[in-house]
Amino acid sequence: MDTVQDLGRYGWQHLGVNPCGAMDKLSAQFANILVGNGLDEAVIELHFPASAFFFEQPSLIAVSGADFSATVNGEEIPCLRPVLVSKYSILQFHRVEKGARAYLAVHGGLDLPSWLNSYSTHLKAGIGGYMGRTLQKDDEIRFRKPADLCSLLGKKELEVLPWKTDSNWGDSNNAKEILALPGNEWKRLTDKSKEIFFDRAFLVTKQSDRMGFRLKSEPLSTITQEEVVSSAVSFGTVQLLPDGQLIVLMADHQTTGGYPRVAHVISAHHSRMAQMKPGDLFIFRFTDQQTAEELFIKQQQHLLQLQNACKFKLDELLSK
Amino acid sequence: MPEIPKHTIFPISDSALTIDFGNVISESINDFVLSLFQAIKTNPLAGMIEAVPSYSSLTLYYDLFFLRNQIPPGQTGYDWIAAQLLQRLDAAEQKNNISHGLITIPVCYEKEFAPDTEYLAREKNISVEELIHIHTSKQYRVYMLGFLPGFSYMGEVDERIAISRKSQPVTVAAGSIGIAGKQTGIYPLASPGGWQIIGRTPLKLFDAEKEDPVLLKAGDRVQFTSISKDEFKNY
Repeated sequence: MDTVQDLGRYGWQHLGVNPCGAMDKLSAQFANILVGNGLDEAVIELHFPASAFFFEQPSLIAVSGADFSATVNGEEIPCLRPVLVSKYSILQFHRVEKGARAYLAVHGGLDLPSWLNSYSTHLKAGIGGYMGRTLQKDDEIRFRKPADLCSLLGKKELEVLPWKTDSNWGDSNNAKEILALPGNEWKRLTDKSKEIFFDRAFLVTKQSDRMGFRLKSEPLSTITQEEVVSSAVSFGTVQLLPDGQLIVLMADHQTTGGYPRVAHVISAHHSRMAQMKPGDLFIFRFTDQQTAEELFIKQQQHLLQLQNACKFKLDELLSK
Repeated sequence: MPEIPKHTIFPISDSALTIDFGNVISESINDFVLSLFQAIKTNPLAGMIEAVPSYSSLTLYYDLFFLRNQIPPGQTGYDWIAAQLLQRLDAAEQKNNISHGLITIPVCYEKEFAPDTEYLAREKNISVEELIHIHTSKQYRVYMLGFLPGFSYMGEVDERIAISRKSQPVTVAAGSIGIAGKQTGIYPLASPGGWQIIGRTPLKLFDAEKEDPVLLKAGDRVQFTSISKDEFKNY
C-alpha cells in the first residue's frame, strides 16, 4: 500500500476531516531534507511489498524510514543518502530489513493538486494525494521543478552524494521503549491493570494499519463503566477498547472518540511507534509533560540544523 | 447571560489540550463550547494549529516548536496555552450567539435503504410506521462533527426509538441515517459503522469539490422528512 503523504491536513478536524499525513513524519522530513525540499513537501509512503519506480528523467532522490533493501538498476543504494539517478533508472525494493514504512522524496517535489492545503491522501474520502487512492501500476507522477541534473551525473547511471542524515537520532538503546503521558482516564484503570501496563510487553497485532495499532497484552479493566462522551483525540492517543485491549491512534485516526484515554505516546516517539510492525513487542514508560516537550523541541531543532546543512551542500554542488 | 460552566483542563498529547465542561450531552454546555470555539477561531492563540469542539469540550492543537521562545522559563507549553485559554472564557461567555440554522433532510425510510428498521421496530415493540413518525416528529440538534468527514452527531431521539449500536461494525452506505443510543447521525461516506440504519438521504453531506465541503455544522438544527423511493431516485 503506497500513498502520497505530507505532514498532514490541519485546520479541518472540526468538520470531521482527519489530518492523515505520513505515519513517520520524522523520516518523511529526513527524505525531503536530503534532496533539498521543504519539510512539508509531498513524499511517497511505501509499505512492503512496495511499488517499483521508473524515472523518465534524471532525478535526485532519497529513501528514508524503513530499510526495504532498495536498488537502482540492480545496484544497492543506501538509505538516508541523496542519490542521483539517470534517465530511465528503475528503483526497486526487495525485502524488509528493518522498520515498517519507507519514504521516497524527489528533489523539487511531486506535481500534484493539493486539497484543503495538503497533499496527503485521504483514503476514506477518496481525495488528496494521487487521485485520492493508493498508487497502482502505470500511474505517472510529474515532478514540480525538475532541476537540470544531467551534468552532475555525466555518464554515470547512479551517484550517491556525500551527505546524510542519521536515522537513529533520539533512539539510543531503547528502541523498544515508548514514552507516553498518562491519559485523562488513566485513573480509571484498576491497580492490577496499571501494573500490567508498566510490567508487560505489548504486541503489535495484525489488526494494525494507518488508522491505528491494535495491541495485545493481558486485558486491562476499569473501576468504573461511566461513559466518556465523544471528544477530540490525537495521533498517539492510547485508547482502551471494550475487550480490554489497547489501540494506539495513528495518522488516519478518527477526529473524535469515546473510549477511555489511558495514555498518549509523546510526539518525539511517534516515529519509533510508526516503524513498528505486526509481531513487534514494546514496553510503555510514562514521562512528564516537560520532558515530552523538550524531546520534541530537540527533535525539531535537529531537523532544522540538518536542513540547513544539507541545503548548503546541495547549493554548493548545483552552483559548480 | 450564561455562566462559565465548571471545567477541567488536561493534555491529550504533548502538543494538544482539552478543556472539558462536564463530560455531558447538554444543549447549554454545547452552546458554550461552540461560542468558545467561535471566539478562539476569530482570535486564535499564538502558536495554535486548530481547535476542535465536541459535545462538552474544546480541544486545542498547538505548535510547540513555534511557541518555544515565548514560553516563560519554568513553564511548559501546556501551562502557557492553558493559561491563555482560561483568559478567553469570559469572551465566550459574553459572545454566546450561536446560530441554529434549520436544515431539512429528506430521508427514504423504505426497506431497501433501512437494513435495521425491522430489528429496531421488533426490539422496541413498535411498528415501522411509528418508528418513522417518531424519527420525523422532532428537530434534532447537531452537537458535533467527527468520526468521518462531515459526520454529524445529533440528538436526542425519543426513548421509544433509542437503541444500542451493533457489537460489530458492518459496511454502511453513504447517506445512511443511523441511531446509536439517543444519538442519530448521517454517514456522509460509505464506511464500516455500528449504528442501526433506518433510512437514507439523497443529499450529499460531504462534497470534497466544494469550498465548504460539509453540509451540517455543529449548532445546526435538523428536520428529517420522509420521501418515497421514487422521490429518492429522482432527487
